[in-house]
Amino acid sequence: MTTGAKYSPASLLARPFHAFVSAKRKYGAEWWILIAGAVIVLFIIYMALFPATLAPYDPLDQEAGPQMAAPSPEHPMGTDNLNRDVFSRMIHGAKTILGVAFAAALLSSVIGITLGLISGFAGGILDRILSLIMDAVYSFPGLILAIAFAAMLGPGIINITLAIAVIYIPTYFRLVRGQTMTIKEEVYVEAARAIGAKRFVILWQYIFPNVIATVVVIFSLNIADAIMTEAALSYIGLGLPAGIPDWGMDLAMGKKFLPSGTWWMITYPGLMIMILALGFTMLGEGLAEILNPRLLER
Amino acid sequence: MATPILSINNLSIDYPISIGTVKAVEDVSIDLYEGEALGLVGESGCGKSTLGLSILRIVRPPGKIVAGKMLYKSEDILKMKEKEVLKLRGNNIAMVFQNPLTSLNPLMRLDRHFLETIQRHDPGIQKQEALEKAEDILDKLGIEKQRLYEFPHQFSGGMRQRIMIGLGLIMNPDIIIADEPTTSLDVIVEAGFVDLLNNLRKEFNLSIILITHNLGLVAEIVDRVAVMYGGQIMEIGTADQIFHTPKHPYTHGLITCVPNIKLDQEVLTTMEGNPPDLVNPPAGCRFSPRCPKVMEVCREKAPGFTFFGDGHKAACWLNDHGGTG
Amino acid sequence: MSTIIRVESLVKEFPVHTSILDFMLGGKRSEVVHAVDDVSFSIARGEVLGLAGESGSGKSTTGRLLLKLIEPTSGKIEYNGTDLSAHSQREMENLREKMQIVFQDPNSSLSPRMSVGQAIGHPLKIHNLGGAAERKERVLDLMEKIGLTPADFLYRKYPHQLSGGQCQRVVLARALVTNPDFIVADEPIAMADVSVRALILELMKKLKKEFDLTYLFITHDLATAKYLCDRVAIMYLGRIIEIGSKEDIFLHPHHPYTKALLDAVPIPDPDQRRKDEVARGEIPSAINPPGGCHFHPRCPHTMAACKEGRPPLKEIAPNHLSACLLDRA
Repeated sequence: MTTGAKYSPASLLARPFHAFVSAKRKYGAEWWILIAGAVIVLFIIYMALFPATLAPYDPLDQEAGPQMAAPSPEHPMGTDNLNRDVFSRMIHGAKTILGVAFAAALLSSVIGITLGLISGFAGGILDRILSLIMDAVYSFPGLILAIAFAAMLGPGIINITLAIAVIYIPTYFRLVRGQTMTIKEEVYVEAARAIGAKRFVILWQYIFPNVIATVVVIFSLNIADAIMTEAALSYIGLGLPAGIPDWGMDLAMGKKFLPSGTWWMITYPGLMIMILALGFTMLGEGLAEILNPRLLER
Repeated sequence: MATPILSINNLSIDYPISIGTVKAVEDVSIDLYEGEALGLVGESGCGKSTLGLSILRIVRPPGKIVAGKMLYKSEDILKMKEKEVLKLRGNNIAMVFQNPLTSLNPLMRLDRHFLETIQRHDPGIQKQEALEKAEDILDKLGIEKQRLYEFPHQFSGGMRQRIMIGLGLIMNPDIIIADEPTTSLDVIVEAGFVDLLNNLRKEFNLSIILITHNLGLVAEIVDRVAVMYGGQIMEIGTADQIFHTPKHPYTHGLITCVPNIKLDQEVLTTMEGNPPDLVNPPAGCRFSPRCPKVMEVCREKAPGFTFFGDGHKAACWLNDHGGTG
Repeated sequence: MSTIIRVESLVKEFPVHTSILDFMLGGKRSEVVHAVDDVSFSIARGEVLGLAGESGSGKSTTGRLLLKLIEPTSGKIEYNGTDLSAHSQREMENLREKMQIVFQDPNSSLSPRMSVGQAIGHPLKIHNLGGAAERKERVLDLMEKIGLTPADFLYRKYPHQLSGGQCQRVVLARALVTNPDFIVADEPIAMADVSVRALILELMKKLKKEFDLTYLFITHDLATAKYLCDRVAIMYLGRIIEIGSKEDIFLHPHHPYTKALLDAVPIPDPDQRRKDEVARGEIPSAINPPGGCHFHPRCPHTMAACKEGRPPLKEIAPNHLSACLLDRA
């Protein structure tokens, strides 16, 4: 660890790590929730990174099997109206939804955190203006706003990501701004001024590291929400072009064909969306439970 | 010797936490006599506050009293039912805490504070009579009677602490337990508080347990002192014995590390090291890791008490005659 | 002896906001608190000046003003002859290498996310004093001198893993690492345990000798002030009401407030219990303090002149000044 230089990842992790280790000994419900969430998320990440190792068929192959066949040993989740294997589509669909949700969450967090830090630290008229804008965006129901943006920007993976990212920026902004304003008053910030640190250094090395802990939790929950939003957008048809396997789109297809009795076309996409969102939620909540009280206990 | 009004016998209090059990108070025995002021002295973590709270059975969970007896007028408080203990609190034994700002309800006027206490313990009393009692107490505290109808925030810190004493005294208790009552007060106000306490003590024939780390405060008020360290009693004696002829190295260190405005001190005694880990306390004497006079036996066996006559006793191997350890 | 700090007519006012409702109903305009009300003193190189007083006296604010952590409303602050009053925050940042402060609560003075090594070394990095290796060496060296041992082990620890005494040592080390001349110590032992206070006081004495430091020691505890300080200034509601050497203040106090304060200090000796009752009353509000001499409502020797105009600090003995009108030619 270098002296005084950029805080290292180790410093960021130091306290949570202690919390983690002491939580392990407690074996409480929070611990298991965290583990369950982590397992689900890790598995689906694997699915997203190495789909070929799991999927028996090419998700786009329109001659994989009979049309709209019920689940069977060759097609555990059945086939859809274009003779594609549903199971393979589920596996390949992971990377789409995960990729979009993660990218959107990353974008939101970076923008939201940066603006929140600056706004909270600087105060004054800049803070007033930014808060006003953020409050305005925040007051819109997220999905409606996302639909509006998606419709405005048009189809395409980048546009969808942007549309979803925008609606979460205020969440990070508010959280970080509030924390920054509190931490700004702490004695160690005054002490940092007293040793001659410039304002940027104070913001980056004293305030940011103390704010980041709560953000980690929000990030996970944010991804869960983004997953649902992405699925919803695809469901409506504002999502990605047909070529890319996408759970939301498959959900819409499944609904369309439901009257013909093909329950597997709608059930499995729905289940996957739910499990992934649940996984991230459990991860986030588990982290929140473990990090917060343990941070207080010495 | 007269029977003590409060007798704590072999009391032990444990705090189970995630990494083990903190032995916050271990095998403590202290007597409090009628009309006397006893100082419970020690630094943070020594268990003095926990001990104070245990007298009224208000130790914060997960803390638990795991052994011992607490005899108030020969009745064991620890064996009483919840209802009986409720009758004791505020009535026979009262407690005053450190921060008067948070002890008073900011939304309640003073008269309601007093009425609440009075009517709880004496339900049959007339409201007028109760208010008169409250006014009487305020008078003794040096607060104008009409201020009974004001709110806590309209009083200064020192006044609020006096009000807390008033609330403690309103039912004419036998014992008042004061836990660091002057930490938040300025020096001159603190001195006024000491005067008040001394006067009230005479007038009401009170017994006082003063829990504090402020040795100056202790010397101003108390008759006897019990010194605690690491959850145990190190030494008990009269104020004169403790301050002038301490028999335990910790007591001696404590007395000589405090700046005294009347003396020309060249150097203060320093005690290196940290308070003991109460989850895994050191074997033998708990002070041994830091003791300047430590011997081999200190690290192996915990010393018993040596009695010096006149109620003065200390738990230290240096005084090894008559020790029961 | 050269003067390292000179303060002249230092004033700091804080506005007290009244709501619009108060303004409309009661005609109350915005009021000010004279936290520091025209204060002047100097500190010689190598000396320890104690700034003593109760709450509301303005001592903490004065300490911060000297370092310009708070901007003065008016007045002059000189460090080694340089007038700091006109210095911008930028210019002050460079000076912070030489003028440091230690706060009351060691725990909240350290960022929970910085290790001991990072915290102590940070001033060195900020002022570009050496490369990474040199900085680490200097920090470890200082940690040894200050008693934070084993240094290698504690270097990586975080504040929540240390005791209160160790934390305060870390704060001291951080203040000393750039070799400052002058340190403002704002109640550095108030939150520490009794035995730890002695340790820190002795440590401060040792460090002062070793590093040739000058201290401004802010405290409410006169016993400690007597132990550590060479000269003491007593403050009451923003004003210095008496200033003099240790002997002057503690053996020949002049101002009635100083006397009341000294009388009230509890003595850790049961044979020396106070015989008389203390001065009555409490510290009045800082927003509308009593006119003239602020202490007059509580003073046993009030005269008519005390209510009119502020008594100036006058020399009553060589280098012993008092702002009381009693016994003056």
